Formats: sequence, structure tokens, C-alpha cells
Amino acid sequence: MADTLDRRAPVTRPISPHLQIYRLPLTLVMSGLHRITGFVLYFGMLLVCWWFLAAAQGPNAYAKFQWFAGSIIGQIVILGYTWSLIHHTLGGIRHLIWDTGRGFGPQEREWLAAATIIGSLALTFVVALIGYLAMGGSR
Amino acid sequence: MVQFTLPKNSKITEGKSWSRPANTKAEREYRVYRWNPDDGRNPRIDTYYVDTDDCGPMVLDGLIWLKNNVDATLTFRRSCREGVCGSCAMNIDGTNTLACTKAMSDIKGPVRIYPLPHMPVVKDLVPDLTNFYAQHASIEPWLQTVSPTPRTEWKQSHEDRQKLDGLYECILCACCSTSCPSYWWNPERYLGPAALLQAQRWIVDSRDEATGERLDHLEDPFRLYRCHTIMNCAKACPKHLNPAKAIADIKRALVERQV
Repeated sequence: MADTLDRRAPVTRPISPHLQIYRLPLTLVMSGLHRITGFVLYFGMLLVCWWFLAAAQGPNAYAKFQWFAGSIIGQIVILGYTWSLIHHTLGGIRHLIWDTGRGFGPQEREWLAAATIIGSLALTFVVALIGYLAMGGSR
Repeated sequence: MVQFTLPKNSKITEGKSWSRPANTKAEREYRVYRWNPDDGRNPRIDTYYVDTDDCGPMVLDGLIWLKNNVDATLTFRRSCREGVCGSCAMNIDGTNTLACTKAMSDIKGPVRIYPLPHMPVVKDLVPDLTNFYAQHASIEPWLQTVSPTPRTEWKQSHEDRQKLDGLYECILCACCSTSCPSYWWNPERYLGPAALLQAQRWIVDSRDEATGERLDHLEDPFRLYRCHTIMNCAKACPKHLNPAKAIADIKRALVERQV
């Protein structure tokens, strides 16, 4: 009787491929970007704290901040933070719409996802342009 | 747990290229995931050529042609071949769908076929759906009542019956759940879109009297709230149902009973 038992070692089954092979829809990419931008905002908050602290500490500290904010790297960081903030905000609005039970249709959800990324890029451009002009357009 | 890469035993290697059909002008390249539990090797991608003059137009027709004419060891599930049973769910051309309703002509280039994503593989294109079925059972998908059973049937108005449209048609093919990254990372704790769509089907059923208990069961950071509205489920569903919407409706029902 015991001979009928399967004596082979139990097989460890492989996991079928997932991210490696899945064709990423826009809504998935937007979900990922929402998370990434949310994470970036933590560091952006440090930047804002530095700005406020520098303003409170006096001219020397503020000059240091200004030097950073004026440098190429600083401007890239600020631009990235601006986009993250705007993108995450628009993503939040999209999720609010979904929380009401609306915007789930096949076209609506694609439109909302596209609006998030196009809107965030456009608004970032506008904010950057205003900032550039406010600085006198010299830099 | 989020793990973006595949474990060592799941890494895919290049497999065998099978012979081309003789005397045909119409051939289609198939690249198919293979894994055999008995040979101790890693999964691999085999290349096949289907004579499309000699078989039907769907991806499943090609697979059946290969099994009959080229490689009898090629393993996959299929039954009704018309989108009713849900057996032949697999990942085709990067999206989960039914092989029987996906036309070869809708795919550019080689037809790439994998088992449903992030599932333990039984063999080739056959995933182990034990956990998936257990999750469906956990939402208790049957009518629950406390009122005395009527002499005839449980009555339902036309309007109440219509609330089940878009929910009851699910064939449990698992295309949606296995397309969901939240389900990939938390398959033991998150119920996944298919089970949640069925949960909603019983929550909105006017005849069911266990709505409160059903909602209690779902009010959990993982079971329900792992859904982050990624929408892969709604996009993948071969029956054009919308699990993402059903999940949002459950979340709303949970809020509404608080206020």
C-alpha cells in the first residue's frame, strides 16, 4: 500500500512572471507615480523646513539657502519638488473623484489618468515660468 | 511583500525552438512559457510555429493546434472555447485575457503567452488557483437570511434585480486578480478584485440579510483597502466587468453606514 504514495520530494513551484511581462496601462503608471511623488514630498518638506529656518535664523543662513536654491542642482531639486507636489495634488483630486464612485468607465479612467500627468506637467511649467519671471528673468 | 524581481527558481531562460510547419504560407510564431515539475529545470520560453491555415483564428485555436500537431506535452487549461467557462485565462501579449476570445490577428509580432502573473505554476500555463478559490469562498457567496424561508421563491423587484447586472456575470477566470499589483504583493491578505466583486454582488442583493456581517468582514486594511484603484482589473476583465468600481462601491457603503 505504501508503495502507491508519491515519494518524490515536494516540488517548489516557480512564481509566474508579473511586472517583467505585464503591459503597463497608463492608470497603473499614474498609480506608481502617485506613490513615488508622495514619497518625494517627505524630502521636499525638509527643503521647505530649511527655507523657513534659514529665514528665521538671519541673513547668513538665508544666504546659504539662496546659494543652494540658485545653483543648478538646487533649481532641479526645486523643479522636481514643484512637479511632485502638483502631481500628487492632482492625483489626490483624481482619487477623491473615484471615492465618490464616479470616473470608473473605460474612457473616463483613461482620461483622468492622462489629465493628471498632462495637467501636472503644464502647471509645473506655469509655476516655473512665474518663478523665473519673478526672479527678474535673469537666471 | 513587494518583490519586483523573480525568485531564483522562477527566472526564465530561453528554451527550445520547435520545427516549423511544412508547406504553409501562413505561419504564426508562438513564444510560450514552459515549466515541468519533473525535470528540475527553471522555466523557459519555447518557440513554436502555428499553421494558421489549418486552425481557427483565436490564440487558443493555435495552442490546441500545437498540442495536436507539434508538442503533446504543452499543458494548458481549456474547456468551452467560447468565453463562458474561464478555464483558458492566461497572460497573452502582456495582458490577462481568455485565449479563446483573443484573436491572433489582434496581436502584433509573436504571440507571447505566460501563465496568469505572480501565481505558483503547476505546469506550463496552468497556475495554482487554490488561494484564489479559497478567497472566493471566504466571502460566503451564497444567499444568507434570517427571515423564515417563503413557501415560494425569494421575491425581488426588477429594479433590485438590475443592481446585480455587471456583478453576477463573473466567470472566476482570475484575469483581474492576477493583473493587480496589490494582489501580487499581498496575495494572502488582500482578497483581490474577483472575490471583492462577488462580495459586492451579495452586499447589493436585496434578498440577502447578512449585509452588515459581510461589510464587517471586509472592513480591514488588507482584505479590502489594499485596493489602490490601479484599474488593471477593469482593464483585464474579458467579460468587461468593473471590479474597481465594485470595490469603490463597497468602500462607500462602509462610509455610508457610519454617517
